[in-house]
Amino acid sequence: MENGLDKQSNILKIFNTTFIVFWLLIACFPFIWTFWGSFKVRADFFSRADWWYAITAFNTLIETGKSFTIQAYSGAWFEGEFWKASRNTVIVTVSVVSISLFLGTLGAYALSRSTKNYAFWILIVALIFRAMPHITLVSGYLFPFFQLQIWGILPTTIVVLIAINQPFTLWLLYSFFKTVPKELDESALIDGCSYFQTFRHIIMPVMWPGVITAGLFSLMLAYNDFTVTALLLNQENHTMVPKIQSYLGTNQHEGNLMWAVSSVVSATAPLFLLIMFFQKQVISGLTAGAVKG
Amino acid sequence: MPNKSFFWFFLPTGLAMMLFIGLPIISAGTQSFYAQHDQVLKEVKKCDPFGCKISVQIDQEASSKIREEKPLGKFNGFGTYIDRNHLAFDELSELWGESNSTGEFVGKVTNLPFYKALIFTLTYCIIVTPCVLLLGFIIALSLNAVARKIRGPLIFGTILPMIVTPLVGSLVLFWMVDAEGIIGANLQILMNDPYLSVKSSKYLTWITIIIYGIWHHSPFAFVVFYAALQTVPQEPLEASIIDGASRFQRVKHIILPHIYPVVTFVALISLMDNFRVFEPIIGFSAQGSAQSLSWLIYDNLVNEEVILFGSAAATSIMTIIGIAIILAPVLIRTWREFRTVR
Repeated sequence: MENGLDKQSNILKIFNTTFIVFWLLIACFPFIWTFWGSFKVRADFFSRADWWYAITAFNTLIETGKSFTIQAYSGAWFEGEFWKASRNTVIVTVSVVSISLFLGTLGAYALSRSTKNYAFWILIVALIFRAMPHITLVSGYLFPFFQLQIWGILPTTIVVLIAINQPFTLWLLYSFFKTVPKELDESALIDGCSYFQTFRHIIMPVMWPGVITAGLFSLMLAYNDFTVTALLLNQENHTMVPKIQSYLGTNQHEGNLMWAVSSVVSATAPLFLLIMFFQKQVISGLTAGAVKG
Repeated sequence: MPNKSFFWFFLPTGLAMMLFIGLPIISAGTQSFYAQHDQVLKEVKKCDPFGCKISVQIDQEASSKIREEKPLGKFNGFGTYIDRNHLAFDELSELWGESNSTGEFVGKVTNLPFYKALIFTLTYCIIVTPCVLLLGFIIALSLNAVARKIRGPLIFGTILPMIVTPLVGSLVLFWMVDAEGIIGANLQILMNDPYLSVKSSKYLTWITIIIYGIWHHSPFAFVVFYAALQTVPQEPLEASIIDGASRFQRVKHIILPHIYPVVTFVALISLMDNFRVFEPIIGFSAQGSAQSLSWLIYDNLVNEEVILFGSAAATSIMTIIGIAIILAPVLIRTWREFRTVR
């Protein structure tokens, strides 16, 4: 709506700017505050006396002599073994993204090039699968996994996350493949390529934007998952998100809140950096399914 | 594409989905018909100089033997579905008999665990979904009016709440709302009540979780609406400006009808996502006053003594039925369109 005809009144402009500033404050301030607070001691960030201590670092100065401390980070990463959790997260995320993309591109390509009725029904079933709450699936897994004695290890979780990821990846890549003209593969087929060769040498090279978008979403799912990793992994193999929950403490054992604060920051920072670089792809992915209605 | 190549292309992903999404649903269905074994009891006669006593003890050996033979538990039919922790038919009829008014009956029913969770889940869905749509739409409209140059960073800031996992997002807010955090402490000063704590009040907890839900889901609605706004044709807008339409009239009569299909899409997706609300309850440690259906399943699965597979599975199946009811209108519409196309 940026054209010469549409002249906004000044009041509207001011209102608009205030609203955006206000919303950005709500959206971003919690993260900035937590980042700031993670360099303080607990008595400052969770201050009984005065919340202003979190800014003036009253107790941090007394306890450590400086107004910033990395106590919380060193505690969580080494004593709290957060390094192990982040290593597990890297293993899970990398395997889930690569395998899930491989399976997803093959399946979505077939779906987009099939004119049969069953392709339509498969997409509908995938939509229904996408709607299943993960916790209901986990309640189906636990008993058989205990019986087969594959509970608690990383490979099981990876396979489960790949499968859970498939419906969304299929839908997303399906809508991307639809934008690649059919004439492209038809000409390759006439030239004597097999379907797989066409897929490998003709279609994949033009599909990278779509694949990157789908990869980002698989990454966010695997990296952020709590339900599956918390219930299917044992203590040793916990990834970052369930590890953060374990720092919170329960009735039985006391947690360490500052560890939780610093590990929240450590877990979010890489994600934010990644989204900063790939913002366009994320937005195109979210809208790919929507614009068709 | 011929059937044969389709089959080979689709096999890996199809197999993964069948094994780890299709089968678990069947597995949950099966488990819901079984319940834990009762403990095997035995009578033990103990004699001492003062006489003999017969006491009842748990026969550990026999109990574990039964458990090994039938790990799934004993067949319970629909027993789990209608017990006190789920649909509670017996309790319902009892309460109906003893309550004097409908209000009293409803009040008592909402104390049964399943109905309590159902009511929280529905309240959450019904309040959060429209708020998300509205807020997302307003943000999209305002950002669309901002100069193109600075839009990039603004969009990045806007989508932050969406990309963090719900557990982390709710924790970050919880630490601020806590009585020892920045917002909580200021609320105490503002309301002049030094003992005000979000945790201790049921309604404040509900409001906090609902506000969290709006905060977390609005960016998704924003992104989709923003993209849809870029496709609104300029000519009718210009024509309406010349005809003297106000800004509000333009939004109502031109923009909204154009992006209407997208609105239903966002509504459906956020309704499905809100129905499975679960992580914020853990993040806000709000188990005491707010429980959702998904949380009930989680609670059964992390039970300390014995994992309540049957109970969790029964709740899961009922959650899936809930999702099916939400999805039904869309599926029916798609089916009709599909048939007319043929």
